[in-house]
Amino acid sequence: MLSPILVIGVALAYLLILFAVAYYADRRAQAGHSVIDNPWVYALSIAVYCTAWTYFGSFGTAVSGGVWFLPIYLGPTLAMVLGWLVIRKMIRIAKTYRITSIADFIASRYGKSSLLAGLVTLITIVGIVPYIALQLKAVSGAYRLMTTPPGIGSGAAVSWWSDGTLYVALLLAGFTIMFGTRHLESSERHEGMVAAIAFESVIKLMAFLLAGFFVVYGLYDGFADVFTQAMAQQELKDLLSFTQNRTFPYTQWFSLTLLAMLAFIFLPRQFQVMVVENVDERHLRRAVWVFPLYLLLINVFVLPIALGGLLFFGADTVNPENYILALPLAQGYELLALFVFVGGLSAATGMVIVEVIAVSTMVCNDLVMPMLLKTRRFARRSGGDLTGLLLLIRRVAIIGILLLGYLYFHLAGEAYALVSIGLISFAAVAQFAPAMLGGMYWKGATRHGALAGLSGGFLVWIYTLMLPSLAKSGWMSQDFLNEGLWGLAMLRPEQLLGMSGLDNLTHSLFWSLFVNISLFVTVSLWRRPSAREASQALLFVDVFQRSPVTHPVFWQGQAQVHDLLQLTERFLGTARAQRLFTRYARESGLNDIEQVPADAKLVQFVETQLTGAIGSASARVMVASVVDEEPLELNDVMRILEEASQLRIYSQALEEKSASLEQATRELRAANQQLQSLDRLKDDFMSSVTHELRTPLTSIRALTELMLDDPQMEAEQRQQFLGIMVTETERLSRLVNQVLDMARIEAGHAEWHNSDVDMLEVISQAVNSIQATYREKGAALVVDAPAQVGTIRADVDRLVQVVLNLLSNAVKYVPDEGGKVIVRLQDEADGITVEVTDNGPGIDPQRQAVVFEKFRRVEDEDNDPGRQHKPGTGLGLPISRQIVEHFGGRIWLHSQAGEGACFGFFLPRQAQKNGGDNNEQNGTDCG
Amino acid sequence: MLKRVISQHLIAVFAAGLVLLNFPLLMLWDKDIQVFGWPLPAFGLFLLWAVLIVLLAWIMESNGD
Amino acid sequence: MSKTVLIADDEPNILISLEYLMKREGYRVVVARDGQEALQAIRHESPDLVLLDVMMPHKTGFDVCQEVRADAGLQNMLIIMLTAKGRDTDIAKGKALGANDYVIKPFSTRELVQKVHDMLTGDA
Repeated sequence: MLSPILVIGVALAYLLILFAVAYYADRRAQAGHSVIDNPWVYALSIAVYCTAWTYFGSFGTAVSGGVWFLPIYLGPTLAMVLGWLVIRKMIRIAKTYRITSIADFIASRYGKSSLLAGLVTLITIVGIVPYIALQLKAVSGAYRLMTTPPGIGSGAAVSWWSDGTLYVALLLAGFTIMFGTRHLESSERHEGMVAAIAFESVIKLMAFLLAGFFVVYGLYDGFADVFTQAMAQQELKDLLSFTQNRTFPYTQWFSLTLLAMLAFIFLPRQFQVMVVENVDERHLRRAVWVFPLYLLLINVFVLPIALGGLLFFGADTVNPENYILALPLAQGYELLALFVFVGGLSAATGMVIVEVIAVSTMVCNDLVMPMLLKTRRFARRSGGDLTGLLLLIRRVAIIGILLLGYLYFHLAGEAYALVSIGLISFAAVAQFAPAMLGGMYWKGATRHGALAGLSGGFLVWIYTLMLPSLAKSGWMSQDFLNEGLWGLAMLRPEQLLGMSGLDNLTHSLFWSLFVNISLFVTVSLWRRPSAREASQALLFVDVFQRSPVTHPVFWQGQAQVHDLLQLTERFLGTARAQRLFTRYARESGLNDIEQVPADAKLVQFVETQLTGAIGSASARVMVASVVDEEPLELNDVMRILEEASQLRIYSQALEEKSASLEQATRELRAANQQLQSLDRLKDDFMSSVTHELRTPLTSIRALTELMLDDPQMEAEQRQQFLGIMVTETERLSRLVNQVLDMARIEAGHAEWHNSDVDMLEVISQAVNSIQATYREKGAALVVDAPAQVGTIRADVDRLVQVVLNLLSNAVKYVPDEGGKVIVRLQDEADGITVEVTDNGPGIDPQRQAVVFEKFRRVEDEDNDPGRQHKPGTGLGLPISRQIVEHFGGRIWLHSQAGEGACFGFFLPRQAQKNGGDNNEQNGTDCG
Repeated sequence: MLKRVISQHLIAVFAAGLVLLNFPLLMLWDKDIQVFGWPLPAFGLFLLWAVLIVLLAWIMESNGD
Repeated sequence: MSKTVLIADDEPNILISLEYLMKREGYRVVVARDGQEALQAIRHESPDLVLLDVMMPHKTGFDVCQEVRADAGLQNMLIIMLTAKGRDTDIAKGKALGANDYVIKPFSTRELVQKVHDMLTGDA
């Protein structure tokens, strides 16, 4: 046993640490470094789902039912599988319309109905009070166990003023007030609170795992040991099987899973952390699997601890719900017990803080405010800052809810196990499912449908679950339980209409949801939705299909900017209202608030801002009180929607147009670039031609002038000069011919004299005419060809020109000593390949691409050390390519620098249709 | 396109999870065997659960935004 | 004491004609067939004037000119660029790289002789 001072001191110290974490997070947020803008923190904050129920209650279930504690965690896991679809939609809707609670969500969806908001709040309070009682019970139970000497029963009655639980409740209320309502910002995020909750999730998981390790590896020799010892006892062995030697209640397993799945999504605190406090939708992507993982981890040790406790203490000596504390205490590990106690405190306080903040917001916005607004005096009283009043309402609500929790704990708490209490709450919030999900996915759902479904389901829940729980605690006569209301057996709350064979929870869940859904659907189908309902339905169901720009605004009437500003100031404070309006003006491209047009968009803006502070229904009423509205008819909704979709189509068209314009611009730019590069090419070509023409001209002119100046020039000298002049003149005429040739071929005006050509003949002609040059250079020319080849249809002179080009090209580059050129001819089925290989210096791979371009003699590019400048026009290879391609063939170059070059071309036997035959009309066919 | 594929995967996993983690399929695990020291029914539940989480993580994290 | 003229061109026939022309005018003539040779000749023979063709293998006339001007010991060497590409950009480039004059092919022998003569006497 530990001294009460120590336990209380540690608990208080822990709460202070929690507050420090929250304070730090708030400060960071103000500095612009949000701590909670992180998927891991987000996932941990969702783990507020694991409360004292998980921490203590699970063992109670495990001891009596084995794995039956698990559906409560499998349900949320399955819910998270669909989280990316369902919860993300809730987040998107809540963010778009600044919705801050479940009540507001439902009310807003069904035409901003304050009646619906009130009903949802009422159900929440009634439903959630047992759950809060559960936490109080757990904390006080744990405290008593820690501070009571072993052996003394905990049953001793205490008067209410000396009951620690009351003080726990009040302490938590004060703490929650500090956390949640320091200032009126419920429309924004509670950064500090979320950070503290995430921190608590870490603490409770660590404490739980530590306790688990202690039991499994400290008390026992691992998992196998615990289970083997347990299996040795027939009772425990039965516990560990599904059937447990009786008929297995399949339905209960399923209904528990379903119940947990729904409760996980619709519990006020889960809505708060998952939807309202969400910073970024994308965080959900990670949270959907991290949170189930958290659940799995926190549940791994439940069964071993429960069995360990049973084996250790034996049945019916220690309350199983306290095993996690009792085991370390019994072994004298007081420090560990203290840490585990802090973990349990984490679980309980986390739940209470978030739940109570969420519910107090609902009470304020959806219950108290609408009532206040109904009193005419209040609504008329213009001016006056109401932010203080709002805070006050919330604080009172927090204290009230916690006191209600305490009351329930006092009335029913002792008689019920933790888990049973929790399930009552689960069944209550599950009633929101039809209205919520229906509202998100079914446009036809109406306010009346939601009201009928919720009321029906809620009443059935009270009758079949809530009242029996009170009756069983001895606060009501149990007669109606056994004999039915007014003695009618058909109305027995746990066997309604005589339905038996179900456990009371499944029974209640079935009936309440059955009545709820039936009423919701039938009443919704019975009447057409009003204009406001229809417009809200469109906004909710199609939330993913709209961008802010094309958002339809369902409002028409007259308004004054001044009135709207004043209204905003009343609820949000002067400074904040001014800030909001200035921002709105700036976003509309205006300098001043005065210039803002008081149109539907502004009214909508103000209403959305107010929704964040006082809920959608109250905001609707308040806005309506300062503007001159024209009632909205269904036709108007359709018209506005039509306009919005016109706008959307228009903006889409605009987007498309601008995209196509951009495309055109891009194409034009590309075309322009191409033209420019063509221009540059032409310029280069001209410059090259000029160069090639001027070079021989230079020699000719200089030599002519020299001879002219010097009539006495020696005959021999004169002869040499004249010889040079002849050569240069020949070079000039060759160049002119080739340029013309090139131009003709390119323009398609060349003459082609096609006949059946024997390639051997072509090669021998070419070799004969260049033999002299090779002899001069001392280079060997080898022809490697079969004795006979098939003919191809082509122009014989042109082909000789090609081969000659290649041969003269090759001889220029062979070394002075041992130069060798091989002409190889291969006859194949589809055509003939000719290759001319030299043993010169070869050509760099990068330059190979340009050799077939006009005037791009390799050495021109920059200074290739391998290839020296050789006389030539630079048109030989390009012309060859033109010729070969004209006959449907290809020309290529294979070379490695330093290993010679191999030029080759291939001519198909059957010229392509667009090849030579087409042009034959232009020329004279000699064949 | 991609979003629709994710939705379909998620719905498929949800359906599989709902069926596998309920009866009568769970009864297949109700045998008197210990695996890693764990009785088979509990082991089966945790195994299915873990597989579900891994699948979910795989779907969500492999489709980066 | 006759001045030395270096003629650098890769066209053998132009080389022949220029060599004859400069010898006739009484200069000592050195020839080079590419940029590399031209630079070597400049270093060894330190000619008074260089007739430098632009389009040469190994090193273009521009490269040679640039290297000469980068060498402190060769600052005063006279350079006349010869080019068959008469584009304004080419001329501007030659001037920018430090050529003293620029002659476009085909040139008048008389004018070239005059230019060489003026530059060499102006220098003396």
